[in-house]
Amino acid sequence: MSAAAPDITILTQGLSRSFGTVAAIRKVDMAILRGEIFGLVGPDGAGKTTIMRMLAGILTPDAGAISVDGIDVVRDAESVKHHVSYMPQRFGLYEDLTVTENLFFYGELFGVSRRDRLARSRELLAAAGLLPFQDRLASQLSGGMKQKLGLVCALIHAPRILLLDEPTTGVDPVSRRDFWAILYSLRESGVTIVLSTAYMDEAERCSRLALLHAGEIRHCDTPERLKQAMPGALLAVAGPDPRTLRTLIAGRPGVLGVLLMGDRVHVRVDDPARRIPELEALFAGQGITGAVISSADPGIEDVFVALVGTQTAS
Amino acid sequence: MNIRRVFAMAYKETLQIWRDPRSLAIALLMPLMQMTLLGYGVSLDIKHVPVCVYDQENNQQTRGIVERLVSSGWFSISRTLTRQTGIRRAMDRGECIAAIVIPANFSRELAATGSAPVQAILDATDVNTTNIAIGYLQGVVAQINAALDAQWAEAHGVKGSLAGQVELAQSTWFNETLDSRNFIIPGVVAVILALVGAQLTSLTIAREWERGTMEQLISTPVTALEVMLGKLVPYFAVGLIDAVFCLASAAWWFRVPFRGNIITLFVTTALFILVVLDIGYLISVRIRSQLGASQVALLITLLPTTLLSGYTFPIDQMPAPIRALTLIVYPRYYVTILRAIFLKGSGLADLWAPSLGLLAYAVIVIWLAARAFQKRLD
Repeated sequence: MSAAAPDITILTQGLSRSFGTVAAIRKVDMAILRGEIFGLVGPDGAGKTTIMRMLAGILTPDAGAISVDGIDVVRDAESVKHHVSYMPQRFGLYEDLTVTENLFFYGELFGVSRRDRLARSRELLAAAGLLPFQDRLASQLSGGMKQKLGLVCALIHAPRILLLDEPTTGVDPVSRRDFWAILYSLRESGVTIVLSTAYMDEAERCSRLALLHAGEIRHCDTPERLKQAMPGALLAVAGPDPRTLRTLIAGRPGVLGVLLMGDRVHVRVDDPARRIPELEALFAGQGITGAVISSADPGIEDVFVALVGTQTAS
Repeated sequence: MNIRRVFAMAYKETLQIWRDPRSLAIALLMPLMQMTLLGYGVSLDIKHVPVCVYDQENNQQTRGIVERLVSSGWFSISRTLTRQTGIRRAMDRGECIAAIVIPANFSRELAATGSAPVQAILDATDVNTTNIAIGYLQGVVAQINAALDAQWAEAHGVKGSLAGQVELAQSTWFNETLDSRNFIIPGVVAVILALVGAQLTSLTIAREWERGTMEQLISTPVTALEVMLGKLVPYFAVGLIDAVFCLASAAWWFRVPFRGNIITLFVTTALFILVVLDIGYLISVRIRSQLGASQVALLITLLPTTLLSGYTFPIDQMPAPIRALTLIVYPRYYVTILRAIFLKGSGLADLWAPSLGLLAYAVIVIWLAARAFQKRLD
């Protein structure tokens, strides 16, 4: 696509797809820049996987255009597969093959030379902490190790674009840290990464985010600017019984949103200076002691709820 | 087409077959079991037909007749009766298929007129068996007549053969002992290879869908043709091993005479295995669950193969529309080929028609199979 600006790697226009009568995604427009980590954020069923599959060229859109690295994916899906590495949400490697055998297989499919394959395997396995497990069957790896192996296999041919569908779901914190270390180093070398996630702490690490709800992109910007765009100010209320506090606070005048966050309640209000004393008076009137109100920095979860109107995870 | 990707697919598939005890068992044990079951179970020969004898005269001569029945090997005396009503009871109980009644005046009549009747009563509920038993009986009677003639000639001092007597001289070619096993075993081999071959590949694509590996596979540059070829190569080897096993046991264990040459056998067998594997592959592409694919493979191979391949029921005897239908039953070509190679020693030149049939089938099925697989989720 000659119309695409040189720094745009992935461009979608009016992308739509239905399954039966259900519209999975509706008119999705995205422009993803080279070298950024672009996050698709949304609850289950928002359409994240559908978009990922279309970008990978394995699902045909009903309408709309996709350009990846200048290739028209709708017309010529096979060409894009040389440029892109796709890691599906469900573990897609062969469980009855060892780590090395999986790497060999995917290396061969992408035409990687033996020397490159050995060098890259070593480097990537070391980064993923998988070197000691090279001869282990994939089925005998832990969930986190499996996902890291998936990433290593996806990177064996040094792709320019990486598509990761919920790559860290069910992954332990240590493996997630390894995972992100690899992603950051990839970004340094100019690889474009698109990942979907339901984890908000992970979303914060992306360069830009698309907030997805019911098949539509509601907002798309950097995490910082999304936070700035959030109407109102955020208060954190800590107390002995957060559930009771939430019920109490919800629907009060000036309260725009209430969100239970572990042992605290995040309350979005129009005017903190006016509402904090009101809330304190409310607690006192109900005989609640020990509730502490402070102002808080919004997380992506708060932003998502404020901008989209629902929570990402129930 | 990229040969490296084909090789990678083949290598990966080989590792998977090797590590999956279920596929290995299907691949190697099923032919063994089926060869034993079908090889021994299916025989059109009937030996030791149970017979009841009601010998009303019961002297040396009539006992001699009964003796001849037994010594022919086709019959065994299950019961000796002393009353006509016993016949019905013996048949009702399934103790005999035929009853031989020798009248009380048999010897006297034979001596006086030169011929005497022996009655054979047959239970015709199983027509096939009955017909065969009648054939055997006629054979034995002919022997007895010949012996009687010889006795008579000797008694009257006539030397040499009876002038002017016409005899039907039967001569059987290719299966001299008229052993139906020689005819059936090559068919059994074809049936087994058709069943097992389709089973093998029917799982191969479905397995990738079920285990979730397909989504990743289709996101790579591998082409549909490369996937098919890579997956077929190791199964082709397994199919050949099975074929060698089945054919060897036909020749050496079941002792079917082998008169053809190995090259003809190899070429036609390889072609047949190719067809069979591609049929299974085609099913696998269409049906995304292993269980479903395996069931469909069994269903569409078992019935046509056993009924319409000519392996037990002769195709010549079928009504014209059914006979036309057998043209699409690919095992029929291989059944014909195997029988001809084994019993007649036919070469490729003699077998051009059925070989061409297989070749045409292979081309069509491979073309269909290569096109059927779409690298798409929708």
